[in-house]
Amino acid sequence: MGLYGRGMDAVPNPWFSLDYLTRNWEEVWEQLVIHTTLTVQAVLIALLIAVPLGIAARRIPRLAGPIMGTTGVLYTIPSFALFGLLAPFTGIGRTTVLIGLVAYALLVLVRNIVVGLQNVDRDVVDAARGQGYTSTAMLWHVEFPLALPSIIAGIRIATVTTVALVTVGVVVGYGGLGQLMFRGLQSDYRAQIMTATILCLALALVCDLVLMLLGRALTPWTRRRAA
Amino acid sequence: MSILSDAWDYLTTAQNWTGASGITSPTFDGGWRFSRDSILGLGIEHLWLSFAAVTIAVAVALPLGIYLGHVRKGGTATVVISNVTRAMPTLALLTLFAASAIGYGNQAVILAAAIFAFPPVLTNAYTGMADVDPDIRDAALGQGMTRRQVALRVELPLAVPLIAAGLRTSTVQTVATVPLAALVAGGGLGVIINQGLATQRYGQVLAGAFLVAGLSLAIDFVMARLERLATPVPLREAAMAA
Repeated sequence: MGLYGRGMDAVPNPWFSLDYLTRNWEEVWEQLVIHTTLTVQAVLIALLIAVPLGIAARRIPRLAGPIMGTTGVLYTIPSFALFGLLAPFTGIGRTTVLIGLVAYALLVLVRNIVVGLQNVDRDVVDAARGQGYTSTAMLWHVEFPLALPSIIAGIRIATVTTVALVTVGVVVGYGGLGQLMFRGLQSDYRAQIMTATILCLALALVCDLVLMLLGRALTPWTRRRAA
Repeated sequence: MSILSDAWDYLTTAQNWTGASGITSPTFDGGWRFSRDSILGLGIEHLWLSFAAVTIAVAVALPLGIYLGHVRKGGTATVVISNVTRAMPTLALLTLFAASAIGYGNQAVILAAAIFAFPPVLTNAYTGMADVDPDIRDAALGQGMTRRQVALRVELPLAVPLIAAGLRTSTVQTVATVPLAALVAGGGLGVIINQGLATQRYGQVLAGAFLVAGLSLAIDFVMARLERLATPVPLREAAMAA
């Protein structure tokens, strides 16, 4: 890399450049939107799948092993390989990345739903049953609300992980801000890589904050207890 | 279905395993490297990169975590470190390193992978040491053990299961991260997938994905076994319950 390295330093190649941002704002914005919508879509779809899976795993003990096992295996398969496995069938682009992201978010979500439901105080469940709750009513009005803090914690982890994972989508040409990182590397444009990295971290932080506030609004009783 | 049979053909062709000119090939400066057309070569390189990254991470994180856990300081810092690295895309670190003075290739990969391997080892070593029952610690001190003896003979053995679990997480994660090396001209099995995508040979992509996924699952299995071996029998039930 000797020759290459010297060539790089001959022209100024700063890591931070506002000039880059003002000149390429449209492109950066476009990838940021792709990145954000992919993340939100993936987490929502994963949540739609994880809720019934989590409830099933909790209700029917026989299903718990297979459900946790399958989501665990999906989680262990490297994202790079998963996108590679899917690409031949679902093509290059958004769908492939989305399926991969959903697969990864599943494990954390299912696990936190199961743990949240498991940790609901037995006495509370007994009291609810004594008051005449049917098992469905109990699930939605007693167990699920009490499991919410754990579920929201899972959503936060899954979202932050997904924001980072979207970048691996460059493998199939659809990596949101990762696209900028990769192109920045190919064209040796440090400011492009750094800008994309910072935006990625910022996006993760913003998502995490929004979810934290949402969680607080949804579970006012946890605050009262802490105070 | 031709993709499946292409993948099968790729995996059953002997030359794809050994490479056209052997597992290693000479480089222009008189050295050698693993051939980019040999599954065996790339597989060994994959394991080597993972091993190097985990070793670096463990060498730094393990003593640090054990020490911080023993003195029960820096708990917040370890949590912050693991949260930030979760938000940090691997690709970002890889491309940042490759575009810096470190340059393209395996060096950037080992360094980036080591940084991601760091937090699980650190947090688990910290938690394992810090969460030892205070009564046990007091009893050991009361018997006249020095602080150092308490750390090494009481806390450390009790922390071993958690440390082993952290090592497993970090190793499996590293093996899964190394395929990204292909994007910054590094080696490892990711190269097969990347080459396949670039040349639109989807059979090869599928074969590479199978190899990478298989290796990850195998490493996870092996590490789970090691984790179990490292956990003393009386502690196994407690670990199962956790």
